[in-house]
Amino acid sequence: MIEQTATAIEASGLYEQWGLTSAEYQRIQELLGRLPNFTETGLFAAMWSEHCAYKNSKPLLKQFPTSGQRILQGPGEGAGIIDIGDGQAVVFKAESHNHPTAVEPYQGAATGVGGIIRDIFSMGAQPIALLDSLRFGELTDAHTRFLLQETVAGIGGYGNCIGIPTVGGELAFDDAYAANPVMNAMCVGLLDTTMQQKGQAAGASNLIYYVGAKTGRDGIQGAIFASAEFNDAVEADRSAVQVGDPFMEKRLMDACLELIREHPEAVVGIQDMGAAGLVSSSAEMGAKADYGMTLNLDAVPQRETGMIPYELMLSESQERMLLCVAKDQGAVVEAVFARYELDAVQIGEVTAAKQYQLYAHGEKVADVPIKALVDEAPVYQRPQRIPARLLTADPQQYQPQFTSATAVLTKLLQQPTLASKQAIYRSYDTQVKTNTVVAPGSDAAVIRIRGGRKALAMTTDGNGRYLYLNPEIGGQIAVCEAARNIVASGGVPLGITDCLNFGSPEEPESFYELAQATKGMSTACKALATPVISGNVSLYNESNGTAIYPTPMVGMVGLITDLALITTQDFKQAGDVIFLVGQTHSDFNGSELQKMLTGNISGALFDFDLATEIAHQQLVQQAIRAGLVSGAHDLAEGGLAVGLAECCFGQQLGASVDVAMPASWLFAETQSRFIITVPAAQAAAFSQMAGEQAQQIGTVTAATDLVIKTNTETLTLDIVTSKQQWEGALAW
Amino acid sequence: MKFAVVQFPGSNCDQDLVAALRDVFQQQAVLVDYRTVDLTDYAAVLLPGGFSYGDYLRGGAIARFAPIMTAVREFAAAGGLVIGICNGFQILTEAGLLPGVLQQNHSANFICQPAALTVVNNQTSFTNAYQPQQPITLPIAHGEGNYYCDAATLAALKAHQQIVFTYQDNPNGSVADIAGITNRAGNVLGMMPHPERAVEALLGSEDGRGVFQSMLQTLTKKVVPA
Repeated sequence: MIEQTATAIEASGLYEQWGLTSAEYQRIQELLGRLPNFTETGLFAAMWSEHCAYKNSKPLLKQFPTSGQRILQGPGEGAGIIDIGDGQAVVFKAESHNHPTAVEPYQGAATGVGGIIRDIFSMGAQPIALLDSLRFGELTDAHTRFLLQETVAGIGGYGNCIGIPTVGGELAFDDAYAANPVMNAMCVGLLDTTMQQKGQAAGASNLIYYVGAKTGRDGIQGAIFASAEFNDAVEADRSAVQVGDPFMEKRLMDACLELIREHPEAVVGIQDMGAAGLVSSSAEMGAKADYGMTLNLDAVPQRETGMIPYELMLSESQERMLLCVAKDQGAVVEAVFARYELDAVQIGEVTAAKQYQLYAHGEKVADVPIKALVDEAPVYQRPQRIPARLLTADPQQYQPQFTSATAVLTKLLQQPTLASKQAIYRSYDTQVKTNTVVAPGSDAAVIRIRGGRKALAMTTDGNGRYLYLNPEIGGQIAVCEAARNIVASGGVPLGITDCLNFGSPEEPESFYELAQATKGMSTACKALATPVISGNVSLYNESNGTAIYPTPMVGMVGLITDLALITTQDFKQAGDVIFLVGQTHSDFNGSELQKMLTGNISGALFDFDLATEIAHQQLVQQAIRAGLVSGAHDLAEGGLAVGLAECCFGQQLGASVDVAMPASWLFAETQSRFIITVPAAQAAAFSQMAGEQAQQIGTVTAATDLVIKTNTETLTLDIVTSKQQWEGALAW
Repeated sequence: MKFAVVQFPGSNCDQDLVAALRDVFQQQAVLVDYRTVDLTDYAAVLLPGGFSYGDYLRGGAIARFAPIMTAVREFAAAGGLVIGICNGFQILTEAGLLPGVLQQNHSANFICQPAALTVVNNQTSFTNAYQPQQPITLPIAHGEGNYYCDAATLAALKAHQQIVFTYQDNPNGSVADIAGITNRAGNVLGMMPHPERAVEALLGSEDGRGVFQSMLQTLTKKVVPA
């Protein structure tokens, strides 16, 4: 790479190739009082990218509720933290890795997992679980199959090796994601609250330490890459993808946690070198603490020769952390990392002057106000326009026509989005650390906390189809469905993390979707008292000008106060009484059934009422706490019939159900519903508690079929055969 | 009695073994660094699962050269109980303490699932708490669990009752459905399934308890009363 002079950059417009507009370039000149040199232009291009600066999304993110009694750390650090009592806290965050996954699926997914794990242990927490939310094109496409297989292999390759169980997530298919898949990774950690860390570099003369893997020329401009649209020349961006090394990260994680636990006095701050690598971690740590910093780039451990300052600062080589160390504690840090055979090198120090100064080969190569890099990025109020499809949407619900409900259910269960994901998660180590009480396959995964009676329920949710038809209500539903999963598992929802996967904010219709979706999510989070504690924004999810569905992923964690309250979805024993919580309506727009029967989704999204949702969630929580419930399952995609089949599949128990509705309604996706099973002796007590919120619809049987009587047809599903088909639909 | 759980760089089931021994069996279990050269203080040595040295080359191929392996050899030669689970089994075969090799699974995929097993030899120091031919279910989680040995070795394993666990529904393509074997002397066991993941009802199964109970029974008998 050849360094252009400052005047040549101005003349050639190189900054535009790096994603800076000419107005932004002008502003940089004003902040510096001169032209930025090559290195400085690169620093600003990275730090002012959407990925680092949230310049398009910041005004929208402000509406999220972010505080609460239990919240120890909201957005702005590596991850958010929620107090769960007894000196313990849960730490979690999700991050998107869509563009790297599209280009290089194995490494794209693997480094997505590696990056989110670093965010968790940078807070002083022990990572305890991973989840993944994936969206791909239709499986009939060969390239999609390749992307899916490699993505799954990459997730497993990283999580299995580092020894953190991958316990949950979701996977959906739709053409909208064919050229731009969605790969969101979430990590959950457990923190001893006395060990809580911050990404800050405070105190003049304190030391800046670089620890972990050496820096190479991988992932240069990754943050800029993530903030641009795709096009057919995307293959040329392969060099923007990094390569993961989970073995390195395991040692790095163990060494960092040992340092934090055994030498807390040495650590002033710690941060992952994630997007935009060395520049973002160091500048953010200094600016956050209101200090400056000088770095000597010659000291940066390098695995290639001849790297220029621009490359060293913008490389996104994996498995690296930056530490701010108390000035007399350097030897302690070096000793800990030496035992793990890792580099730990002092590369700079904190300064009282609020300048960010880089030196290489004895020369000063960058000298900029640290706040200019971190806090002075422009914030845009983008224009919004209601997409035409929403203005012209038919308010009527699509009404399916079919001759056999049994045949429809059989086929629906084999749709890739609804099929069992066992073929996927059997390639993930779900049990390492021996705390997994509920493995993938139920509504939420459950991890016990050793040494007491508590457990954590966790899930990821979101349905882009609903948001495509109504971004605001779809946003509400995404949050509520996540909460429903937590509640059905015996938990109390604590808070969420999110990945906002949307199209270009510069497209008014895409920006409208983002604005409406965040509004809806915000409303639901406030109503459910589940603040947003962390997350990330992934915009520019477009390929050749076509955006994906607006797809927020909601990652939610809930607290289960006693192991005895853990509830799973499968039917437990013949004779248990089945209740349906919530009303069912002819709600089909955006449903799996509409997609399967018409090949498309269209129309106005069905109605949704937050107050009803909350009332139903409270009923289920109350019933579980009262010890009345033997099983609970949230009803989602595919509706009541699919939900009942899933309950049957767990232990191969059948059910006899009678509902006063047309057969087609069995597939309606009316929200705010649960299936609850109650031992016969407790049916009356539950009935009384539920009042009109639930109705008894049948009983669990020892037979091997699911029989559902409706007003128009009796559906009969053979559990053994259909389970095999359901499990086999995604097998490879 | 003090149990040594060896920590290779990249071991990730080490804490699980310690937790099982400590919390479920109330035993003293100590993490022992791979640079340790003396194991004489310990009643038994356990090699945990994981990805030693990242296993980028082949499961256990680098770990066999770790400094502690000399001590493990000496410990085994003196008749001490050594058990290798998953990656530990791979390391024991790579180190020559057990015959055969562990290849990539037949499907070429990592497999994590419960596996139905048969305890085909309950007369070992690791299985005497099980019934003859007892069917048990233990979790497996591996990418290279396909046990292979040549016909002569297999005949010898059979002749000396060294095959301890077999799969009922061979998930990885192992020869003769082998899930676990001992050495000729019977004091070294390698197994791909994870007994330490099946010692608590809360986590779904207690079928793995027998392995630890058997070791404890064996070791207790060995101790001469004062």
